[in-house]
Amino acid sequence: MSIIEVKNLTVKYRGIEALSGVSFEAHTADYIGIVGPNGSGKTTLIKALLELVPYEGKICFSGRDLSLFTKEKHIGYLPQKMSFLDQRFPATAKEIVVSGVYCCKKFPKHLSQDDYRAAEEAMGILGISNLKGRPIGRLSGGQQQRVLLARALVHRPEILILDEPTIALDPQSRQAFYETVQKLNKENKVTVLLVSHDIGSVGKYASKLLYLDRQLIFYGTFEEFCKSPEMTDYFGAGQHNICHRH
Amino acid sequence: MALGCSFLGVFLVLRRFSLIGDGLAHVSFATVAIGLLLRAQPMVVSIPLVGLASLVILKLNEKARVYGDAAIGLVSSFGIALGVIIASTAGGFNVDLFSYLFGNILSVSSFEVWMTAVISLLVALAIVLFFHDLFAITFDEEYAYVSGIKVKMVNKILILLTSLIVVLGIKIVGTMLVSSLIILPAVSALQIVKSFRATIAIAGVFAVISVIIGIFASYVLNLPSGATIVMINFIFFIAAFLYGRIK
Repeated sequence: MSIIEVKNLTVKYRGIEALSGVSFEAHTADYIGIVGPNGSGKTTLIKALLELVPYEGKICFSGRDLSLFTKEKHIGYLPQKMSFLDQRFPATAKEIVVSGVYCCKKFPKHLSQDDYRAAEEAMGILGISNLKGRPIGRLSGGQQQRVLLARALVHRPEILILDEPTIALDPQSRQAFYETVQKLNKENKVTVLLVSHDIGSVGKYASKLLYLDRQLIFYGTFEEFCKSPEMTDYFGAGQHNICHRH
Repeated sequence: MALGCSFLGVFLVLRRFSLIGDGLAHVSFATVAIGLLLRAQPMVVSIPLVGLASLVILKLNEKARVYGDAAIGLVSSFGIALGVIIASTAGGFNVDLFSYLFGNILSVSSFEVWMTAVISLLVALAIVLFFHDLFAITFDEEYAYVSGIKVKMVNKILILLTSLIVVLGIKIVGTMLVSSLIILPAVSALQIVKSFRATIAIAGVFAVISVIIGIFASYVLNLPSGATIVMINFIFFIAAFLYGRIK
């Protein structure tokens, strides 16, 4: 059974279609790179999957409709960091990471020693245990991104959704980040959906590519993408450049 | 009450909503005028009306595409204008009304003391129960929603608690200065503390100590209590700012 099933998904902003008729399926431990030019609907797709925007069509997780699925328990989400992070926010890395367990808590939320242990474990997996007492605003871009990834992982989700996670990182941190995500995918069988504008880098790590341009242009493996005559027609010489980098 | 102001202040300041205290205090100027006009307890009239105004600010911000600060300005100016019109047309209670502008802790009635105690306890209880939800929406509202937190409900609770605490504060420091009790302890704590729990705790300490010293100093120096409390808070801010710079 598919872990994610999207059928004929359409999202409109003030009457204008940002995404039109997108359909695809993902299976457990898939690593899907969602790529496309600016304004192609990559983040819109993510927001629809997280019920952050109204949509038409059907979205199912593990066979259940999105409205009936307790997404907070099964999905780990890493938003675009730069869009919200207040560098002066008075919280330590550990306070941020442990807030990832809120999704599994009933009212009134109470954090146990096990929750703090889970936070330390997530930080250990990402190699940031030494940062736990440091204020979030005093960390480098790469360290902040790992803290937020640890927050997304602390409740052990089956699906990880990452929105442009490497946009503010230097090349070294970017590669380290991609390798960490790949390790989670391979060793922990976490299904990954990663949005990026950099098709070449994503192609190196993802098992499947989902190319959007307000509609689904391509969905399949990188090898299929490189061999596809339709993609040759669509990208022209661009297809060769992308596949060469891969 | 000082604790409630400072705890809520941390969330409001970090969410760039710190002037809501100012806006709601201006609305309370009108509600106090209505209370005096109806010969009712101003606090009893103010609690529901200021609460309603806080929800209007939230709705304007969410639905009417009015920016948060503009929504506060809109409701705030309406409150002041209504208060002035009621005072000028009704007449006879201008002295009482204007005593609410700057407050007077020595004129607080026993009814108001009990109301303040009960409501302050309710506010403290609500903050404890919703602490993690408030932290989550303050740091990252979108992630909080994805985590299953009922963001709209928590926002409503935050703003209603703020309206309650503003009404309690007007008798003590007055409508002109009540927002300073919300903003100053939080801003002072933010200068020196790096963790969230410590920020809440230090803001509470600043708030309580400034009220105690302020009341004592106003008595000894024969100064208005509300303004003296605010001045002590401001001194704490300067000290925290300098400490934060040299640390």
